[in-house]
Amino acid sequence: MRKEEKEELIEEWQPEPLVPPISKDHPALNYNIVSGPPSHNIVVNGKECINFASFNFLGLLDNPRLKAAALASLKKYGVGTCGPRGFYGTFDVHLDLEDRLAKFMKTEEAIIYSYGFATIASAIPAYSKRGDIVFVDKAACFAIQKGLQASRSDIKLFKHNDMADLERLLKEQEIEDQKNPRKARVTRRFIVAEGLYMNTGAICPLPELVKLKYKYKARIFLEESLSFGVLGEHGRGVTEHYGINIDDIDLISANMENSLASVGGFCCGRSFVIDHQRLSGQGYCFSASLPPLLAAAAIEALNIMEENPGIFAVLKEKCEQIHKALQGISGLKVVGKSFSPAFHLQLEKSTGSRERDVKLLQEIVSQCMNRSIALTQARYLEKEEKCLPPPSIRVVVTVEQTEEELEKAASTIKEVAQAILL
Amino acid sequence: MRPGPGGCCCRRPTRANGCFANGEVPNGYVRSTAAAAAAAAGQIHHVTQNGGLYKRPFNEAFEETPMLVAVLTYVGYGVLTLFGYLRDFLRHWRIEKCHYATEREEQKDFVSLYQDFENFYTRNLYMRVRDNWNRPICSVPGAKVDIMERQSHDYNWSFKYTGNIIKGVINMGSYNYLGFARNTGSCQEAAARVLEEYGVGVCSTRQEIGNLDKHEELEKLVATFLGVEASMAYGMGFATNSMNIPALVGKGCLILSDELNHASLVLGARLSGATIRIFKHNNMQSLEKLLKDAIVYGQPRTRRPWKKILILVEGIYSMEGSIVRLPEVIALKKKYKAYLYLDEAHSIGALGPTGRGVVDYFGLNPEDVDVLMGTFTKSFGASGGYIGGKKELIDYLRTHSHSAVYATSMSPPVVEQIITSMKCIMGLDGTSLGKECVQQLAENTRYFRRRLKEMGFIIYGNEDSPVVPLMLYMPAKIGAFGREMLKRNIGVVVVGFPATPISESRARFCLSAAHTKEILDTALKEIDEVGDLLQLKYSRHRLVPLLDRPFDETTYEETED
Repeated sequence: MRKEEKEELIEEWQPEPLVPPISKDHPALNYNIVSGPPSHNIVVNGKECINFASFNFLGLLDNPRLKAAALASLKKYGVGTCGPRGFYGTFDVHLDLEDRLAKFMKTEEAIIYSYGFATIASAIPAYSKRGDIVFVDKAACFAIQKGLQASRSDIKLFKHNDMADLERLLKEQEIEDQKNPRKARVTRRFIVAEGLYMNTGAICPLPELVKLKYKYKARIFLEESLSFGVLGEHGRGVTEHYGINIDDIDLISANMENSLASVGGFCCGRSFVIDHQRLSGQGYCFSASLPPLLAAAAIEALNIMEENPGIFAVLKEKCEQIHKALQGISGLKVVGKSFSPAFHLQLEKSTGSRERDVKLLQEIVSQCMNRSIALTQARYLEKEEKCLPPPSIRVVVTVEQTEEELEKAASTIKEVAQAILL
Repeated sequence: MRPGPGGCCCRRPTRANGCFANGEVPNGYVRSTAAAAAAAAGQIHHVTQNGGLYKRPFNEAFEETPMLVAVLTYVGYGVLTLFGYLRDFLRHWRIEKCHYATEREEQKDFVSLYQDFENFYTRNLYMRVRDNWNRPICSVPGAKVDIMERQSHDYNWSFKYTGNIIKGVINMGSYNYLGFARNTGSCQEAAARVLEEYGVGVCSTRQEIGNLDKHEELEKLVATFLGVEASMAYGMGFATNSMNIPALVGKGCLILSDELNHASLVLGARLSGATIRIFKHNNMQSLEKLLKDAIVYGQPRTRRPWKKILILVEGIYSMEGSIVRLPEVIALKKKYKAYLYLDEAHSIGALGPTGRGVVDYFGLNPEDVDVLMGTFTKSFGASGGYIGGKKELIDYLRTHSHSAVYATSMSPPVVEQIITSMKCIMGLDGTSLGKECVQQLAENTRYFRRRLKEMGFIIYGNEDSPVVPLMLYMPAKIGAFGREMLKRNIGVVVVGFPATPISESRARFCLSAAHTKEILDTALKEIDEVGDLLQLKYSRHRLVPLLDRPFDETTYEETED
């Protein structure tokens, strides 16, 4: 091409705008503004409500002991750590927290991250690389999806909680292996599942998963953000719930932003597995460490969890109560296990378009807010999710909600749903 | 071994001993007295081929590695590799004890989790010097820090804490540019008040019920600080890049990324699915060529025009200490209609007469940068990141950013720390503390860099960058430098492969406004001693020290060694 032709092309080229315009009434544009602490009695957009939307399962958000521990840490260390873990960003509080988490979960080692989302999204690509195979549930949360995308591995999705489907995929892979044994010898396999699924409130069938693990030689990565501090006699999660030896699970990842009411996340497991992340976990090596006051709050939350193990039974009871109370609402169905503290209310019959469904549910949510019950719709990135769940209202149960409040919530939702959906 | 940065002053023929032919000045080392007078008068100086884009002198230098040093470095790595193989052999035949963890008995027949070779470097090189990293501290990471003493009886495979604390170690490793890492003062008091009122956690995402009034306040303040229409804040700086770049570009778009961009930018670019092309570090000719070719030839194979072109650059590159050539990048972006994403993780607060970052440093208009990104970890003593830009951009990110939908929002006391420190830098708290910190940092930077160059070390990067890399090159010197400095009560950061090219290991100093002149002088004295001990003074452009002008826009003369 001659120089003039090139210059013409450069003159003519017009890029798309950097971002497409967003209409003023996009449903996710205007956030609810919470004034003051987002605890049990929450003030949303100026209205005082009872909080049924924050993942504050153990009610530790406004616990005075947590605040005192965080305050002491603030007075000693200031706020930020000013560096990643490798460069003077490792504080004794971090080492303490890792120790405590490992002891609590009865594993050899734990590693903490400064952001819940980054935990599983950095852990998966540290082990699974291009050419490896990962079997993951269709309803896996977005953080797992991003971790898988970053790993560049082969992803094989199996139907939600369907062990037969998973076994079918594993068998198919076995047949492939026999065709090419040399390749099979260097291809790692992983199964990624969640303890309690964020998108559906279901529990993963861990005993069957462990059986499949040994039969087909695949390692299990378990994401326990919702089940840590909820399931099991002492709150150790889904392994305690089923009574499975924790060494059978290669990696357990959870965030500290739900039951522990802090910020950040952790992974725990055997040293052989966890130590590798200290050099290859991207969110660990290349990012500043967790502010010490948040780590101190998490340690105190662990203390509280260890001191009153009865709290988990109380939470379970309240979950069962509201689950029962919300059955039989015309137009809405409850999606999730009865002991899952975060479950969904979906429309029994969709109107046909997702946009209209979202609008309807938003109406229900606003009406409930007017009657002092704070709820929220479950938010998703519609174009980015691999298997987009249907629109739903997220209901979260915490130990701080009294029986009267649970009844009130159930009856409010019933009335509002009847008024709007019929 | 390093190619000089393109543009300004470096396309001149050099003689074998490193001096420039025809008596001209090498970049950053010498100014003739006449030119210095012009600089002092504030006029444009020695960047004429760029049509006067720069309002101030741009002094960046990457001295070439001396040949002997390069050869010795490779020899050193060769010896270490041989010993590595020997050790692996001994461990395999159980002659030497195997310290590292191994797979469970029940899972021995699984496909092995790690490739043997992948860990060769970790087992045999990194392990031997790993006491220089992950040093645990137990005090505020300010100008002086307390380090917990560790001992290893098995050559760094495991550490034991002796219980001693090494107190008052001079901290040259933490990113504390403006000295806001403090446990007393107005920032800490404000954060304590907010902690009492709001608690520590939020337990929800921004789009659900985790959007506090504090977050909205912070975002308005950040927008005012940067001089843009709107901004959005996120809980983690790394995640700000890795979650928002995919929201801005996708398949069919082109990303032009600097060679030495941070891992978060690289990850964000990869996750977006766009095509990535790399241009040479800070090299405007390389960038222009890529832009021209992209528009003229379109997408590979289909030849369709690209939907958008996004240029990813950083304000200060933390391993090189170089500053991006922002005036030229903006000129190129305007000419070729590309979009600019500027990551100011290290430069916000640390550069510029008012601490507004690299845009302020060059005296440019923040509206010329499409996406202004930065972090709160370094200059504000908190944690998290932000993106600033036009209102349309921020509206789009509020609805489509991965972080807003799926990640928990920022903790309230951290938000308050940022608000208070930012108000202090802007002078809105009624004091001139912010301005003094910014000035102190600039003075510290110039002084420290000048003194090190006078001593004869090879220092990379821009004269005004508070990140100061001092070249070590040889692998053994990495460990030696870190340990010797700690013996003398100075904590430094040393970096080697894979964060840097294999033959260019370095020690990296991060200056802070909290460092007083006494602290810097102590550190310089010790660095001088260790430099002599370890023979680190490789530079062949030794500068004659000025005896009577300590804090100055300096002029110095070159001597030939």
